[in-house]
Amino acid sequence: MTAPRTDDPTTHPTVHLMASPTGVVVHDEVVEARAGWARVVCKGETLRIVDLGGNQAVDCLFYNAHDTVERYSAADTIVAQRNIFLVDGSKLRSNEGSVMLTVTGTGCHHHDTIGGACSRESNTLRYGHHTSAQHSCVDNFLDVGSRFGLTKRDLVSNINWFMNVPVGSDGMLGIVDGISAPGLYVDAHAEMDVLALISNCPQVNNPCNGFDPTPIQLTVLGADRR
Amino acid sequence: MNVEATNVAGSNVAGTNERGTHSLEAAQAHARSQAESATGPNRTPSVATELPEGVAAEALRWDETIGGGGYGSVLLHGGDVVRMTDVDGDTCLNLQVFNAALVSERLNPADTVKVQWQAYLGEGALLLSDLGRVLMTVVADTGGHHDALCGHANRHLNETRYGHGAIHGPQPSTRDLLVLAAARRDLGRRDLTAGVNLFAGVTVGDDGSLHRIAPSGVRSHVELRAELDVVLLAAVGPHPLDDRPTFTAGPVRVQAWSAERPAPDPFRSSSPERRRAFENTETFLGAGIR
Repeated sequence: MTAPRTDDPTTHPTVHLMASPTGVVVHDEVVEARAGWARVVCKGETLRIVDLGGNQAVDCLFYNAHDTVERYSAADTIVAQRNIFLVDGSKLRSNEGSVMLTVTGTGCHHHDTIGGACSRESNTLRYGHHTSAQHSCVDNFLDVGSRFGLTKRDLVSNINWFMNVPVGSDGMLGIVDGISAPGLYVDAHAEMDVLALISNCPQVNNPCNGFDPTPIQLTVLGADRR
Repeated sequence: MNVEATNVAGSNVAGTNERGTHSLEAAQAHARSQAESATGPNRTPSVATELPEGVAAEALRWDETIGGGGYGSVLLHGGDVVRMTDVDGDTCLNLQVFNAALVSERLNPADTVKVQWQAYLGEGALLLSDLGRVLMTVVADTGGHHDALCGHANRHLNETRYGHGAIHGPQPSTRDLLVLAAARRDLGRRDLTAGVNLFAGVTVGDDGSLHRIAPSGVRSHVELRAELDVVLLAAVGPHPLDDRPTFTAGPVRVQAWSAERPAPDPFRSSSPERRRAFENTETFLGAGIR
């Protein structure tokens, strides 16, 4: 069993502070609860995701915008950093070993790499066959991905920003109550031109959204002068 | 026709090759003589040795030893069992699994660990697809050191670690080997997932840190039962967290046979999630692709 966290980051007084934008705002949008979203983020730009309502899982995949066979790889990312959690400074690596993006700031203690996306099929396993008609992240990925020529074969294990998936000493793992809060954010700085797919998770059967999906804010900040 | 080799720059002078391949007829005889004198592994099941207990020779469907840096693929029918044996007790086999009737459906490592509430694979664990079905069941496991998180090494990693990582060299990347295996089944690079690693275990610390379990050094095996017709891709190479400076991956013996499914099946209802995975597979098998 997993011991409860003792260093609850949501109570930390500094977690609501965001770094100031370092470039022009290229794009700024509030994405509805339960919705999908996709956009190319160019090298040097920063994708900022803000958890407006708190404890809102944001499922996310990245592809090399010029060759989508190269895509974010959870395995390569966690192997390289020897840790399953994404934190400030984490480098998001591709299946070919390239650094695609860097986490350049976040107010949330850590983010998930192993929980994957909910689908109508996995919902039937986890919560019962009666949930198969509910909306899911895989449906969002399939919808927005199809607009860029991606298919089911292109979906792989995704990032779950703001989602809390601890692993116990006996290997037990699962989605438990979140560690995010209203206004917490994550910045992902693109090291190459990437296609970002996002599902603002519609799940209502587990605590990844606090059982209440809420909107998120997505901002693309222009290329910085680093 | 008897065409004598001509002397072009850099080649042997006609008639001077000690193998006697100066003419088409001689080259043909030389080529054919090689199989007759071979002593290496024979992948023909009919001559297989060391059959698992209770398995008749005529039930064997696949018998191959995949060495470190090697790869293989096979189509198994529902009910077939495949045993993978870590011959030297120090290897890692990355396994990819597809529904043979619908190859866009494949092993989903994230759903496999999430749905079963368990990061570590062992006896009784199901390999779940991205469509909520059980593809394979771990029906026996004498080692207990497997990994569903870390995926496989790519060429970049091997070049960094060993100085070389291309498929023609001594440290081919597992990822590129899997692509070669995939090609034999009309699959490609984008069909690969992280897969699962057999014989190379990993643990996760409270802080999320990843730790590789040292190789057991003991011959162990794992048996997987196909729950519907599946395509397996396998490649043998060091686990990506294996930071030893030498490319270390021993051979894996792979033996598959057709078998009767036990009734009742002790694995079918070992948890409510697993039971529903079997129900979804049974629905697929009963109603065709839907």
